[in-house]
Amino acid sequence: MVRLILARLAVLIPTFVGVTIIAFAFIRLLPGDPIQLLSGERVMSPERHAEVMHDLGYDRPLIVQYGSYLGGLVTGDFGSSVVTKRPVLQDFLTLFPATLELSLAAMLIAVTIGIPAGVLAAVKRGSILDQAVMSVALIGYSMPIFWWGLLLIIFFSGYLGWTPVSGRISLVYFFPPVTGFMLIDSLLSGEKGAFASAVSHLILPAIVLGTIPLAVIARQTRSAMLEVLGEDYVRTARAKGLPPLLVVGVHALRNAMVPVVTTIGLQAGYLLAGAILTETIFSWPGIGKWMVDSVFKRDYPVIQGGLVLIAITIMMVNLLVDVLYGLINPRIRHG
Amino acid sequence: MNKTALLIGAACLGLGLATAAEAKNLIYCSEASPEGFDPGLYTSGTTFDAAGRTVYNRLVEFKHGSTEIEPGLAASWDVSDDGTEYTFHLRPDVKFQTTDFFTPTRTFTADDVVFSFERQLKADNPWNKYVEGAAWEYSDGMGFPDLIKSVEKVDDLTVKFVLNRPEAPFLADLGMDFASILSKEYADQLKAAGTPELMNQQPLGTGPFTFVAYQPDAQIRYTAHPDYWAGKQPIDNLIFAITTDASVRAQKLKAGECHIMPYPNAADVASLKEDPNLQVLEQEGLNIAYLAYNTMQKPFDDVRVRKALNMAINKQAIVDAVFQGAATPAINPIPPTMWSYNKDIADDSYDPEAAKKLLADAGAADLSMKIWAMPVSRPYMLNARRAAELMQADFAAVGVTAEIVTYEWGEYLSRSKETDRDGAVMLGWTGDNGDPDNFLDTLLGCDAVGGNNRAQWCNQEFDDLVSKAKVTSDQAERTQLYEQAQVVFKREAPWATLDHSVQYMPMSKKVTGFHQDPLGVHRFDGVDIAE
Repeated sequence: MVRLILARLAVLIPTFVGVTIIAFAFIRLLPGDPIQLLSGERVMSPERHAEVMHDLGYDRPLIVQYGSYLGGLVTGDFGSSVVTKRPVLQDFLTLFPATLELSLAAMLIAVTIGIPAGVLAAVKRGSILDQAVMSVALIGYSMPIFWWGLLLIIFFSGYLGWTPVSGRISLVYFFPPVTGFMLIDSLLSGEKGAFASAVSHLILPAIVLGTIPLAVIARQTRSAMLEVLGEDYVRTARAKGLPPLLVVGVHALRNAMVPVVTTIGLQAGYLLAGAILTETIFSWPGIGKWMVDSVFKRDYPVIQGGLVLIAITIMMVNLLVDVLYGLINPRIRHG
Repeated sequence: MNKTALLIGAACLGLGLATAAEAKNLIYCSEASPEGFDPGLYTSGTTFDAAGRTVYNRLVEFKHGSTEIEPGLAASWDVSDDGTEYTFHLRPDVKFQTTDFFTPTRTFTADDVVFSFERQLKADNPWNKYVEGAAWEYSDGMGFPDLIKSVEKVDDLTVKFVLNRPEAPFLADLGMDFASILSKEYADQLKAAGTPELMNQQPLGTGPFTFVAYQPDAQIRYTAHPDYWAGKQPIDNLIFAITTDASVRAQKLKAGECHIMPYPNAADVASLKEDPNLQVLEQEGLNIAYLAYNTMQKPFDDVRVRKALNMAINKQAIVDAVFQGAATPAINPIPPTMWSYNKDIADDSYDPEAAKKLLADAGAADLSMKIWAMPVSRPYMLNARRAAELMQADFAAVGVTAEIVTYEWGEYLSRSKETDRDGAVMLGWTGDNGDPDNFLDTLLGCDAVGGNNRAQWCNQEFDDLVSKAKVTSDQAERTQLYEQAQVVFKREAPWATLDHSVQYMPMSKKVTGFHQDPLGVHRFDGVDIAE
């Protein structure tokens, strides 16, 4: 197992270097620069513009800029935002827990509903239940996030008044962040009602962000289960007279889980992409919105640093998925 | 977990931020995160709302809901006869805010004024580059480094500004956010601690509200400054709930999650007005949207062509389609709410037949051109693409083929400045200080060709009038000069003036004392809320 992890880590190094190059190069391919965008309609003189670009080091040859950026990364210095002047790493660490909390909640919804729904659909193949699950999954998969989020807000928050419209917790509560996870911090604060408020704020965005992964997981589980259920060993297990729940729940499901775990791992990338829209709609202070804002403002250090940090996160998730495979499937572990 | 957040949190507890049950909280659903908290470094209204108008004061202030200047930190001032020396007599016993990160040992003095300006004016000032890439855009944009010869402390409560030339809008400039007064003592403390950058993260001034905490993209919290020189505010806590999507802001307001919201979607205004718990204030904004011809290029150097195109545009249709009526067609290059607006000028009438004839006279009957449409929504033009399409159809009706072009926003701004630019550019402006000079000279003066003057229009008669008005201190005389300048502008038609948009401010009916600001900032001093 340790060898597997080390081997996977070695592969990540070139990927990491690749990400730094892409992050560095792509933003510079975009027209416009941060200083120009900051001044908006108010024209800055070309001399002054050049002077500020010089102060920021953006007039140096690209290769020199890349070198100093890479040098910074190695020492853990991700630079500071051109706009807010705050260190990129500080902002990332402040905002990332919010995205992680939302993503985990979304994934929890997707897994706890998606897998049972997929299994049920496979076991009752061709039934109305199967068709219903698959139709809902298709609708969920096709739902534009922005529209879906607003629809839920208008219905549950506006019309029914059950959930708050946006934010992470009611503004009545204010306590210093400890872990950055609102559910935990609200408990630590000891303020009455804070935890309930945090939960109620999390429900709608988690549903919105979890909808597409839920649909994907349900469909993947169904097709993997169908395949496994047709295998000889399942027939044997049934012939032995094992109870159907044991056959499906233990013998079939465990083997069907390998592609499902892959799918869940792949959703990590999706969750970050989906978080951009979800965070915007629900005013959720996470990294998705932070990254989009920085692209619009051409905030080079934030885009570069943010992309690298996100890439590291995704690489770690993939590594985790690889390790999980090993646990589920011994053949991979020894391969 | 970062140290700043902990510090801020501790500061909050230290200040004894009153809890909801007993305190009056005003929640403002703001439209974006501020870029920072040093108003000298930025140009956006979001940042001014969050720092300039809450935490800080200036020597002079704009009266609530007006562009008129009134005493601020300066109780009075004298101007020398030649208009080059301004002596400000400072208000005594003005207290800076006390926070967990700073406890002032002295009241406001001339030292603070000198510090606040010199850091922006002098490249060798240790605070001139206290953050990487500090641009001081407004100070530069208003020409302060060239204009101001010196800022001198006469005594603790007297400060003298010496100018290189007389400049009539100078007092109005001093009311702008970039001219906010910071605490030199706080700056010294930060410098000594090796953390000057905190000036832009933990603001401290003499203003009506004390900064408590900022959580990026989530919220900003303030408490009322207990020793504010103009009296403590009626509310106890002011909270900015950062909510970037306009529809979501409207939903939050309806659900009672906030009390005031700026910039509603035009489509939401009707439903907000119908809500029995809400009130919607409205005011014509101090802005203009225009289509600037490139007057340096043929055939747009011919006034007949420009006039003909102006007559071909159905502005009312644009106002109806893009703003759903929440704008007025523009006649002059300054908005009607601004002093010196010339009411006697009639607009070029919408007359496609006459336009066609005029084009034929000018030998441009089969003209083809480009219309530049901004890629972003701005307060003065919500949907430039839609407006461009309407103009395209209007031009087609008089035989002019128009192609719509657009670029990425930064690129758009820089390419549109070029004097050899091909096509007419749609753009606009929101006033900075309520002075007509800030529109007429800034956008149409000869010096601005190749810069803000997108029409590349240098008309000596116009330029002489606005230049003279700039150095004249008598307002009646200035008014006359600007009125004449508008006549010249209308006659020469370097722009098609498109619209002045209306700004809506929906809020709970419980909110009292809120005044819409013609300069577009949002001020909460004097605002109360009935619980």
